[in-house]
Amino acid sequence: MLELKNIDKVFNPGTINEKQAIRNLSFTLNEGDFVTVIGGNGAGKSTMLNLIAGVHSADAGRILLDRQDITRLPEYRRAKLLGRVFQDPMMGTAGNMGIEENLAMAYRRGKTRTLRWGISNEERELYREKLKMLELGLENRLTSKVRLLSGGQRQALTLLMATLQSPRLLLLDEHTAALDPKTAQKVLTLTEKIVCENGLSTLMVTHNMKDAIRYGNRLVMMHEGNIIYDVSGETKKHLKVGDLLAKFESASDGAFANDRMLLA
Amino acid sequence: MMGGIIAAIPGATAQGLVWGVMALGVYITYKLLDIADLTVDSSLCTGGATSAVLILMGMHPLLSLAFAVLAGMLAGLVTGFLHTRLHISAILAGILTQLGLYSVNLRIMGKSSVALLRQPVVISLGNISMALVIGAAVIVAVVAVLYWFFGTELGCAIRATGNNRKMVRAQGVNTDAMKIIGLVLSNGLVGLAGGLLAQYQGSANVNMGRGAIVIGLASVIIGEVIFGVRFNFAYQLGAIVAGSVIYQIVIAFVLQLGLSTEDLKLFSAVTVAVALSVPTLQKKFLKPKAAAAQAGRE
Repeated sequence: MLELKNIDKVFNPGTINEKQAIRNLSFTLNEGDFVTVIGGNGAGKSTMLNLIAGVHSADAGRILLDRQDITRLPEYRRAKLLGRVFQDPMMGTAGNMGIEENLAMAYRRGKTRTLRWGISNEERELYREKLKMLELGLENRLTSKVRLLSGGQRQALTLLMATLQSPRLLLLDEHTAALDPKTAQKVLTLTEKIVCENGLSTLMVTHNMKDAIRYGNRLVMMHEGNIIYDVSGETKKHLKVGDLLAKFESASDGAFANDRMLLA
Repeated sequence: MMGGIIAAIPGATAQGLVWGVMALGVYITYKLLDIADLTVDSSLCTGGATSAVLILMGMHPLLSLAFAVLAGMLAGLVTGFLHTRLHISAILAGILTQLGLYSVNLRIMGKSSVALLRQPVVISLGNISMALVIGAAVIVAVVAVLYWFFGTELGCAIRATGNNRKMVRAQGVNTDAMKIIGLVLSNGLVGLAGGLLAQYQGSANVNMGRGAIVIGLASVIIGEVIFGVRFNFAYQLGAIVAGSVIYQIVIAFVLQLGLSTEDLKLFSAVTVAVALSVPTLQKKFLKPKAAAAQAGRE
C-alpha cells in the first residue's frame, strides 16, 4: 500500500553541514503490516517518516500511497491519509486548547474547515467513549486545557487523535522515547490495541530493540540512510536482541560499538 | 484638576471603545496567531482615509465603514501574501506593507489629511453620550461575531495554528491559509477602527496610526493583567476592550497631570515595555516560593 522508490534526501547541500540522510531507499509496506523500525542515531529513521508525511520533500525518487503518487503533495494534504504521533509529547496536541477541541480538530482531519460550529454534542459523546478506553480518567475532563496533562496523557491523547479518523497509515516516531518506562509501556500496550483492533498499517520507529521485536509483524533496520535488514513472520518472532546487535556490528564495521549502550 | 480628570473620562471612554476595535484586531494576530503584525500602524489610517474620502464623496458614513473594513482586509492580505507565499518573516512583512501603505494612504487622501467638517458621521466627539452608545454597540457586535467565528471549525483551526503549527498541519489544515485569514480579519477590524476614529475625530491624517500596534498591545496586556485569563472567550475579548478604555483614561489622566503630548509616545512605549517584561521580571526577582504558588494557581 506504501511504496518508496529510490528515495534520496540530502540536508544542507553544498555546505559544511551537508548530510545525506537517505540513500537510494526503496521500501514496500503491505496492507495491514505493523513494521517496527530500528537503527542508530542518524540512520534516517525519522527522516524516512518525515518524507512520508511530507515534512521534508525527497530530492529524488517517488512515494506512492495506495498507488497515488504523493511525492510532491504538501504535508497538510497528505494528512488525510496519515495518522501521526511524534517523539515530543508537546508536538501532537495544542496545549492552549481543550481536550475536546483537540479531538474535534483530529475528527476533521483532511476535511475542509467550514463555518459550522467547531464541536457538536454528539461528538462529545463519542469523545467520552473513546477517552474511556485510555483509562486515564480524561473522559471527565473534556474541557481541560491539554497543557495541564502529563506527557504520557498527552501522548495517549495524540494517539487517539491520530486514529480517531482511521488513517490509511499510522506513523509513530519514537512516540514513547520521552516517557518514563512505566508510562511508555502503557502507551505501547495502547498502541498495539488500537493498531490491532483497527487493522492499521503502521510504521513505528523505536530505539528499544526489545520493543521492536515484541511488537509488530515485521522489523526493518536502517543504517546510513538505507534499510540493511528486513524480517517478518516466524523469523522475526524468534529474533533475539543479540541477533540485532550482531547485524548492527557487521553493518557498521564496529563503529556501532559506540551506539551499543544506547540501543541495548 | 480632579474635576478636569473626571470631565475627561466619558470622552476617553468613547475613544477607548473605538480603539478597542483595533485592540481586538491586534489580539487576533498577537495572541491567537502568535504573530506581531506591524501592518496595523498603517492599515488604521487606510481605513480612516477610505471612510473619510468616501464620506466627502457623498457616501453614507455607515456604508463607508464597510469599505474601511475592506481596505484594511486588503492590507492584511498583502502582509499575509508576503509572509506565507514569499516566506518573509512576519515582522518584516508587516513593516514592508506598513511602509508601502504610507504612500497609498497619501494617494487615497490626495494630501496628508482630510477634514470632515459638517459632514454626516455615525460617531463624533461632538456628542459624547451618543458616541458612547454607538461605540458600545459596535463593540458588542464585533465581540459577538468574533466569539462565533472562533468557535467554528475554521476559527478553531486558526487558534490551533497560533498554538502548534506542526499539529495543525498533521490534522490536514493549511497553516498558511489560516495565517492569511487571521491577518485579513485582524486588519479588517483595524480598518474599521480607523474609519470610526476618523469620523469620531472629524478628520483622517496620514499619521493617525503611528504607534497603533503599541496601543493595541497595551490594551491586550492591561486587559489580561487586570481581568485575568479565565472564563470563556467572550470574557477575554471584553477584557481587551476594557483594557483599551483603561489605557485611554490613563492617557487622559497623565495629560491632565501635565505630560506634554509630544512625550506621549515615549510614555506609551515605556509603559508597554514594562508591561511586557513583567513575566520575566517576576521569574527573576520573585522568591521561588511565590513563583511556585503562582505556577500552582495557573
